[in-house]
Amino acid sequence: MEKPRIAIHKFTSCDGCQLAFLHLGEDLLDLAEKVDIVHFVEMGPINPLAKVDVAYIEGSISTPEEKERIQHIRTNSRYVITIGACATAGGIQALRNLGNTQEWMKAIYATPDTISTLNTSTAISDHIKVDFEIYGCPVNTQQILASLLSVLNKVNPTASKDKVCLECKRLGYTCVMVTKGEPCMGPVTHTGCGALCPSVGRACYACYGPAENTNTASFTQWLSSLGLSDAEIARRFLFIQNNAPAFKEAGLKLRTKKKP
Amino acid sequence: MPYFLAYEQINELLAALSALGYRCLGPQVREGAIIFDDLKDADQLPWGLRDAQKPGYYRLEKSEETEAFAWANGPQAIKPLLFKPKESLWRVQKNAEGKYLFQETLPEHQPIALIGARACDLAAMQVQDKTLLTGQYTDAHYAWHRQHLLIVAVNCSYSSQNCFCVSTQTGPKATSGYDLALTEIEDGFVVEIGSEKGEALIHALACESATKKALEKAALRTQHAANMQSKRMPKNNSRALRDILMNNLNHPRWEEVAERCLSCGNCTSVCPTCFCHHQTETPTAQNDGSVHAREWDSCFTQGHSYIHGQVIRDTTEKRYKQWLTHKLGTWWDQFDTSGCVGCGRCITWCPVGIDLTEEMAAISGESNEKK
Repeated sequence: MEKPRIAIHKFTSCDGCQLAFLHLGEDLLDLAEKVDIVHFVEMGPINPLAKVDVAYIEGSISTPEEKERIQHIRTNSRYVITIGACATAGGIQALRNLGNTQEWMKAIYATPDTISTLNTSTAISDHIKVDFEIYGCPVNTQQILASLLSVLNKVNPTASKDKVCLECKRLGYTCVMVTKGEPCMGPVTHTGCGALCPSVGRACYACYGPAENTNTASFTQWLSSLGLSDAEIARRFLFIQNNAPAFKEAGLKLRTKKKP
Repeated sequence: MPYFLAYEQINELLAALSALGYRCLGPQVREGAIIFDDLKDADQLPWGLRDAQKPGYYRLEKSEETEAFAWANGPQAIKPLLFKPKESLWRVQKNAEGKYLFQETLPEHQPIALIGARACDLAAMQVQDKTLLTGQYTDAHYAWHRQHLLIVAVNCSYSSQNCFCVSTQTGPKATSGYDLALTEIEDGFVVEIGSEKGEALIHALACESATKKALEKAALRTQHAANMQSKRMPKNNSRALRDILMNNLNHPRWEEVAERCLSCGNCTSVCPTCFCHHQTETPTAQNDGSVHAREWDSCFTQGHSYIHGQVIRDTTEKRYKQWLTHKLGTWWDQFDTSGCVGCGRCITWCPVGIDLTEEMAAISGESNEKK
């Protein structure tokens, strides 16, 4: 039986999510015997146009070149998995979508005309059909491993869309919001990180993006009652996952709210 | 006949339990809450502390008394020990011939002695016993943990603002389910014996009989805790709630509570009787086997009502309705008891402070204020 062919592509991103593959350590050696990794610049092999069974995509679409390249990858790949906040929601760089990109370019760069960029940073799924999304900033090795093993076993990968709170409670971490009044984003945030921040007594800052069925309106009201200003709450929504629809809507609502 | 255990004898009790092979767990302060962890010395107990609880609020503060158990409860007690948050059920491994072999993974660990469980915790355990140990299918994992648990209960001398066990008739004094039950008075505890194991322990410690005065003091302490409670479950948590709920499935209150509810599952996770779980399959990295585990789930998740390609309860309103109608209503049909023991945890640990007694009051029309 032929081994499944895998490619790991990069778009606009910090390269951190790809590290989740390298962090597999010895398991990566085992897996490398079961799959053919044909394109993975961070690890070695380079073959961007290879036809593959599974393409992992890191990064957002933020340049005209990327807009085109992603189409080729879709054509060449049977199954497309996006990894990380950039690929699934546009990343922190999607904050440009809320401002004036051209003005910023002029303010920052001496020769903005030499830079070819789009006015927006968007998710891969805004451009092509994506088969599975892995949330996180960055994603972790467990998530990558689970998806790879699903592929190997010929089943569709799945992931819980529950809130961080459930994981916190399973792990026996004490709620930082209830005991300390910390503005923890856990009740609206997608699980998968293993409740990392609450494990060290800190508030979740929503780097995994919105969970399913989020109630941002009620949550906003509660954060307000804990003493946070509208601007402070808006910043929590319009952060790493600012372009994820549920957070974008909640954040913009606060930004445009008229002062009483 | 009750005995007296002096403060100085707590360490003797711990030593006696250790000698019998038990790992002792007791209350102590971690991250601003009272939780149960390994207890090696009486000094680790939360002396002079109590918990201020309000909806969505928990803070530890100094109490006037320098007692070890002058607090109500923390986020968890017995449930995570018996119905584990995550536990593997079986393992499957490919052998040399390429055949898959299944192996049950029963728990294996030192027996546990839990010191400081409350009356509500014991009542909840007895509800879980009904759920998981009676009927045609009993739970082998729960049963194993249950057989390897010894309980030293402590009767409450303090109630938080979220306690309502008086109305649910599950406290503040423990009546069954313990091996020993302590009531803290000056300088020590009145000890009641609940099992042969408990009796053997007390005899080994050479405790003296409790004086009449000590018994009177103990009775006053639990009475004080009862008097402190300001909350109650409407209809005293009786079976009547079942019909009230079922006759009000279209009550406007459901929509209203759904506007506040975050559907995060904190309430069900801290509820000492909630037993919902899902199962997961984790392949080994070598892809030559996998571990099948179960972990706590919640009726507030999407997965909980995902059946054959459909999420049946796709809105928070439906999910909240499921939680309350089951907990206080149809639990009676299933287990001949309410699923609520009045501990108030779901109120305290709800990030937005939803109070189920208040919701029940709105739907039943009967007050949740205890006079």
